[in-house]
Amino acid sequence: METEQQIAELQKQIEGLQKKVKRLENTRQDQLSMAVVSGDMDKILAVMIISLAAAAMDTKVKLFFSFWALAALRDPKKKPKGKDFISKMFGMMLPKSKNNLKLSNMNMAGMGPAMIKSLMKKKNVMSLDEMFQQAAELGIEITVCEMSMDLMGFKKEEIIDYPHLRYAGATTFVSDAGESAMQWFV
Amino acid sequence: MTTEELKNLEVAKTVDARGTACPGPLLEVKKAIGSIDEDEVMEVLSADEGTKVDIPKWCNKQGHEYLGAVEEHGYFKIYLRKK
Repeated sequence: METEQQIAELQKQIEGLQKKVKRLENTRQDQLSMAVVSGDMDKILAVMIISLAAAAMDTKVKLFFSFWALAALRDPKKKPKGKDFISKMFGMMLPKSKNNLKLSNMNMAGMGPAMIKSLMKKKNVMSLDEMFQQAAELGIEITVCEMSMDLMGFKKEEIIDYPHLRYAGATTFVSDAGESAMQWFV
Repeated sequence: MTTEELKNLEVAKTVDARGTACPGPLLEVKKAIGSIDEDEVMEVLSADEGTKVDIPKWCNKQGHEYLGAVEEHGYFKIYLRKK
């Protein structure tokens, strides 16, 4: 009788532990979540290189683009209509695409980025365009911060065509980050 | 494995990633691994010294067996066995 009680007690404890482990496992998924806020060329490059390396390791990658980083997602060929004055000003002052980003250091009125681009070519480093193409092939997800879009006056019609792109809020990032083994802020 | 043993391995596929810098070689290896069978050997050519360090880590994560690397003139030959 006593043994049966002890077994029942143990079973209950095991079930409790199983639940806990399951919950913990879900917070340590093989996933990398990055909040990308910076729109500097060097930082976006680092984000893409690390994301591709992670994807090569079969780690799920989820990028959350907000604030200055949104400029990197603009498509210069697209011309959005119906912007108000401030939105137009923002649109004019911010980089038109990932290929027009500035360096956080040694920008030298655009000479720095031009130099880095030519060096990258010489040293066989993928261009940002190629990196985004690879990212698309590898299923890297990009979530665009809806609120930043609105704040900076960007329209969805001027954002690049990317197969795994969606619009959402900060809660989505927090939820994605909560289940990722790696969470970074750039 | 010794250099001699590595050189005598029967290679099922060679991935020439000398034309691309980090993380290009790893992406090419990831794409090519599906084209060989289990227990077959892949040879990776890379001019990027980092790849020599990255591939053992990639193998460790993906469960493949890292066999070793041989230095050639200006590039590396890296060997792994698919598991």
